[in-house]
Amino acid sequence: MQELIRSLFVKKFGMNEILTDAAVVKLRKNKCAFTTDSFVVHPIFFPGGDIGKLAVCGTINDLAVTGAIPEFISVSFIIEEGLPFEDLEKIVDSMAEESKVAGVNIITGDTKVVEKGKCDKIFINTSGIGSLDHTYENISTGSEIKPGDKLIVNGKIGNHAIAVLGAREQLGFTSDILSDCASLNKLIHSVLESGAKIRFMRDLTRGGLAAVLNELSAITGFGIEISEDNIPIEEPVRGLCEILGFDPLYLANEGKVLFVAGENYHKKVLQVLKDHPLGLNSEMIGEIVEAHPGKVMLNTAIGGKRLLDMHDHIQLPRIC
Amino acid sequence: MVKTFNCMIITTMKYIDEYRNKELIIKISEQLHRFKDRKYVFMEVCGGHTMAMHRFGITSLLPDNIRLISGPGCPVCVTGKSFIDKAIAYSRMSGTIIATFGDLIRVPGSISSLEKELANGADVRIVFSGLDALDIAKKNPDKRIIFLGIGFETTAPGTAAVIKEAVQLKVDNFLLLSAHKIMPPAMEVIIINGTSIQGFICPGHVSAITGSKIYNFISEKYGLGCVVTGFEPLDILQAILMLVLQIEEGRPHTAIQYKRAVTEEGNLQALKYMNDVFVLRDEYWRGFSIIKNSGLCLQDEYNSFNAEKVIPVTINKPEDDGACICGAILRGQSTPADCPLYGTTCVPASPVGACMVSGEGACQAYYKFKTHV
Repeated sequence: MQELIRSLFVKKFGMNEILTDAAVVKLRKNKCAFTTDSFVVHPIFFPGGDIGKLAVCGTINDLAVTGAIPEFISVSFIIEEGLPFEDLEKIVDSMAEESKVAGVNIITGDTKVVEKGKCDKIFINTSGIGSLDHTYENISTGSEIKPGDKLIVNGKIGNHAIAVLGAREQLGFTSDILSDCASLNKLIHSVLESGAKIRFMRDLTRGGLAAVLNELSAITGFGIEISEDNIPIEEPVRGLCEILGFDPLYLANEGKVLFVAGENYHKKVLQVLKDHPLGLNSEMIGEIVEAHPGKVMLNTAIGGKRLLDMHDHIQLPRIC
Repeated sequence: MVKTFNCMIITTMKYIDEYRNKELIIKISEQLHRFKDRKYVFMEVCGGHTMAMHRFGITSLLPDNIRLISGPGCPVCVTGKSFIDKAIAYSRMSGTIIATFGDLIRVPGSISSLEKELANGADVRIVFSGLDALDIAKKNPDKRIIFLGIGFETTAPGTAAVIKEAVQLKVDNFLLLSAHKIMPPAMEVIIINGTSIQGFICPGHVSAITGSKIYNFISEKYGLGCVVTGFEPLDILQAILMLVLQIEEGRPHTAIQYKRAVTEEGNLQALKYMNDVFVLRDEYWRGFSIIKNSGLCLQDEYNSFNAEKVIPVTINKPEDDGACICGAILRGQSTPADCPLYGTTCVPASPVGACMVSGEGACQAYYKFKTHV
């Protein structure tokens, strides 16, 4: 085990060769944001990423959407006995690469190996800590949101869920849809540094855009109105959803964030986003309104209206 | 293969988009608003239509004097508790794999659901077709696979084809528990029971198999218009306009709006498969009790694939539904908002009745799209 730790984790993550029980760090600011998440995705390799990349991006993004600058990550592996070393090495390489791209250090970790059958190949927990400037303290709670504020997403939704579903080989299709898994900290930082007033951010993971919009309307007490025409979705994703009976608004993403921009700042936010590779397809999709408080109204592409509710169960393919 | 698939998807989407043309949709909506002199009540039979109407917000484009009510065309919703109880009994047998379409796993039986049994260790697998279930049987020769066959004439021919395939391949560990049903008897019961409607929006995919001729008796005997309808917004709005015009002209009849998929005679090959393999029987429909000659059961020569013949199970008489009024909703006599359990005890996360479970159920559609009304 010690050999595994030194030769793989310490070397690949660029950790201090002298191993201690805890990493001692100094943060840039006095206030910090702290998050943790565990990753159990199946399969562990999918088009556009793997469980390792997901684990790094997921925690970095949770920090970034609170307005914090992600600084340090811990990683904890639970590995099923028999996992091929090549697979573990690929995952660790992926994590090292992503943390380098994001500019965030993996500084501490833990490894446990369990008997075959006690976990599904590999589970990963990452925790992260980031510095939070007082200017951005209210972003995570959305306490400054008001009617007229605009809703913006940084690109096309639904890709991650479809990529993972396709990789599970249950749906009888293959396609070139890639997961959008990506660290969003630098994209978000560029928006915050532009001076645009951002009142709220959240990444569009489990439950998709619809879940985040419903959470937002619930915590603010305001209504939300969005236009289906403006929600960016790739044609292959839209087509597969039509065939399988899925609603792309509820599909998970791993590289998408919802911004609530203060009124009159949306143009600046869009301009900054579209200058960044992770924001090329950014769109303004709607706004905060006083009408229908606590509810999300979708203006459909055909000119109708309907509520966009929260799904509290997994989507199941249609029967007929 | 990947490029071909993407090309297919893009071509398909262009084809669908034409039927979502906003300008044409608004034109039809404006035409419908001109018919102000009377009230119109139509029943959409198919759960797919119920969901499409709500998904696209079609009801918001209709004038107040045109009302749509949902019928019994949701295969999950009309499946009785005893069927679920049987499936659960089978799932508890060792060496048994239950293969089922997705929505069915959440439907409450008398004391459990397939979803709960799965969580308790039963081998319950979601499949997309009977062929997937047959594939599981071939890959697990030491297990017994029971496929829960639900659905109307759209899915029954597929199940029939799977049975024929099983015969040809000599697969001897594949069984069918059938709750397949046919639509016209239920539509007639709705009329006879006095549900007040003036026409039917008829199921598009069922009719692609059966042909539109199966509805002729409704127009001829009961004077109600029947329009076979597609699932895109323009399809549905055009069908509603066709029904309104039939009433205005005093000429109720069976017509096909969904001409790109449906003919009067139907898919003869699919019908032959269905008739070769299945025979009609009296069938229990949730909300209706027994409807004569409305269910599809395997013919005797296929008894070796009939779960109920090979492994008869005894189940307790299911409890009644208590305060749940799914039955009245399926008959078009009540709306979900009339149910005392709706939105409180019965919500999608913890459904009491099947209408709240299914993605095509009236209650789930209502809950998802109309809770602000």
